[in-house]
Amino acid sequence: MTGLGWALADSWTIARRTLLHWRMQPGLVLFNWFFPVLMLLLFGGLLGGAMESPEGSSYYELLVPGIFALSMLFGLEGTMTAVTTDVSKGVTDRFRSLPMSSAAVVLGRCIADMLDSVVTLVVLAATGLALGWRWHEGLPSALAAFGLLLLLRFALLWVGIFIGLTVKNAQSVTMVQVLVWPVGFLSSTFVATSTMPAWLGTIAQWNPLSATATAARALFGNPDPSATATWIGTHAGLAALIAPAVLIAVFLPLSAHRYRTLSR
Amino acid sequence: MTTERVIEAAGVRKNYKGGTDGAGLNGFDLEVTAGTVTGLLGPNGAGKTTAVRILSTLLELDSGTATIAGFDVRRQGAEVRRRIGLVGQYAAVDEVLTGRQNLVMFGRLNHLRNHKSRADELLERFSLTEAADQAVSKYSGGMRRRLDLAASLIVAPRVLFVDEPTTGLDPAGRMEVWSAVRQLVDGGTTVLLTTQYLEEADQLANRISMLKEGKVVAEGTPDELKTQLGSDWLDLVLTDPADVPRVVELAGPLADGEIRVQDVRVSVPVKDRTKALVAMANSLHEAKIEPEDLTLRRPTLDEVFLHLTGDAA
Repeated sequence: MTGLGWALADSWTIARRTLLHWRMQPGLVLFNWFFPVLMLLLFGGLLGGAMESPEGSSYYELLVPGIFALSMLFGLEGTMTAVTTDVSKGVTDRFRSLPMSSAAVVLGRCIADMLDSVVTLVVLAATGLALGWRWHEGLPSALAAFGLLLLLRFALLWVGIFIGLTVKNAQSVTMVQVLVWPVGFLSSTFVATSTMPAWLGTIAQWNPLSATATAARALFGNPDPSATATWIGTHAGLAALIAPAVLIAVFLPLSAHRYRTLSR
Repeated sequence: MTTERVIEAAGVRKNYKGGTDGAGLNGFDLEVTAGTVTGLLGPNGAGKTTAVRILSTLLELDSGTATIAGFDVRRQGAEVRRRIGLVGQYAAVDEVLTGRQNLVMFGRLNHLRNHKSRADELLERFSLTEAADQAVSKYSGGMRRRLDLAASLIVAPRVLFVDEPTTGLDPAGRMEVWSAVRQLVDGGTTVLLTTQYLEEADQLANRISMLKEGKVVAEGTPDELKTQLGSDWLDLVLTDPADVPRVVELAGPLADGEIRVQDVRVSVPVKDRTKALVAMANSLHEAKIEPEDLTLRRPTLDEVFLHLTGDAA
C-alpha cells in the first residue's frame, strides 16, 4: 500500500475504535444522541407558547434549525474529552510510538465525530418532523442546509482537538463545557436576534452559530427575522461559509503542530 | 552471545523550559547490549522517563546523540519506531474496549496482516485468553499491565522500553508483571526498564545504570555495584536487648565504619569477611552471648543507592 493508502487505512482503524465504543457503551452514546432532542422538547415546550412567531408559524420552525446548530457546538465537548482522555492515559503516546501514519490519529477522530454528528442530525430531524417542523424549499436545498451545519461541526472539531491536546486535565474540559452554554445562548438559536437590544443582537448575530442557524433556516425555508435585522444577518449565508473556513484555517494547523510537538 | 549495541546514547541533554514539566537530562550516557535487561534506576525527578521518551522518539533532545539499532532517534524516527515497543507509566490501552479489540486495533496500526491470530497468540501468552472479551475497565491492575505489555509486543520489537511497570500495583500484580518481563527476556528481547524500586532492578536486570539529576552516576551488574560501592555487613540479632552495648563494644575492633543498631539487630560493616565472622563468633562465645542469628551478607542495592544519592546532597 502507498503512504496515502496507509494513512486512510490507519484513520479508519482509529475511527472504528470509536464505533466500537458505541457498541460497548450503547447507553452513553444514546444519551449523547438524545440530549439535543431533550433540549428541543424542553425549549419548545417552555418557550413555544410565549414566542411570537412570524407569520403565525410554529416556534419549532425557528427552534429546530437552531437546535441543529447548537448540537454541532455540543459535539465540541465530546471531541475534546476524547482527545484529553487519550493524552492523559498515554494512549496518544502509544499511537505516536507506532509506525503508523501520524495524521491518522486526528483524521480518525475527525471521521468518527462527523459520523456521530450525522446521526445526531438524523435523530433531531426525525423528532423535528414529528413535532411539525418542515423544510419548504425542496430536498436539495435542505441537504445544503445540513451541509452547512456539518461544515460548522467540522470547524469546531479542530477547535476541540486543539483544546483537547492543549489542556492538561479534566477540570479544564469542565470549564469549556460550562462556557459552551453562554456561547450557545448568545446566538439566534432560541430567539431571532432581531428581538434583542440592537447592540446585543449584532453581537449575537456575529456568533458563527447564528450565521449557520440563520443560513440553514433560509435554506429550509423557515422564517427567521434575524436574516434582515442586521448587516451580518443579511449576509448569513456567506458568514456560514467564511466563519468555519476561518476556524479551520486557524485551528487545523495549530492542532497539527500541537500533535507533532506534544510534550516537547 | 553477541555484543551488538542496540541502544547508544552519548552526552544527551534536555532542558525543560518552565522546569516543572519533567526532569531534564544533563549529559546522559548509556550503552545497552542486545538481549540484555538494563535497569535505569533513580529517584523521582532523576530523568528516567525523560530518557525513555527521548529514546522512543516521543521527545526531542537538545544536544548529544542517541541511536536505536544504529538509527538516529532524531533524524530516523520512523525507522526507530519500527523497531521499538513502549510500555509507559500508565497502562496505555483503551479501557472501553475488550482486551482482544485492543490487540486487534494495535495490530492493524502496526500494519500486520494476521492481526487477529496474532492477538490470540498474545492473549494466550500473557494468560488473558479467559478475559479476552471483557472490557479492560473490568481488568485488575496486573491484567492491564500484561495487556499493555502484549500490545507493545505485537510486532516483536528489537528493543522494549518499560517505564516503571509496577508503579501503583499490589504485590500480586507486581509478581505477574515481573514474570511477564522475565518471559520476554527469555525470548531474546532487549529491555530497558526504568524503576525506582531497587528490588525490581535487582530481580530483573542484568545491568543497572544509576541515574541522578539527569546523569548516570554508576553503572554495572548488580553484583559489581554492590562490591564497588559498599562494604559487606555482619548482621547480629540478639535475644536480650541488654546485651546490645556489650556486643557493640566487642564488634568495635572489626568495624570498618559506623555500627548500626536497631532494637536487637546490630549491623557491623566489615572488610575481611571470613576473618571478621570468625572473630565475632569467638568473642561472642567468650562473652557467653548466644545470638539469635549471625550472618554475613553483601550490601543491598538500597545501601548502594543511598550511598550514591546521599553524598552529593
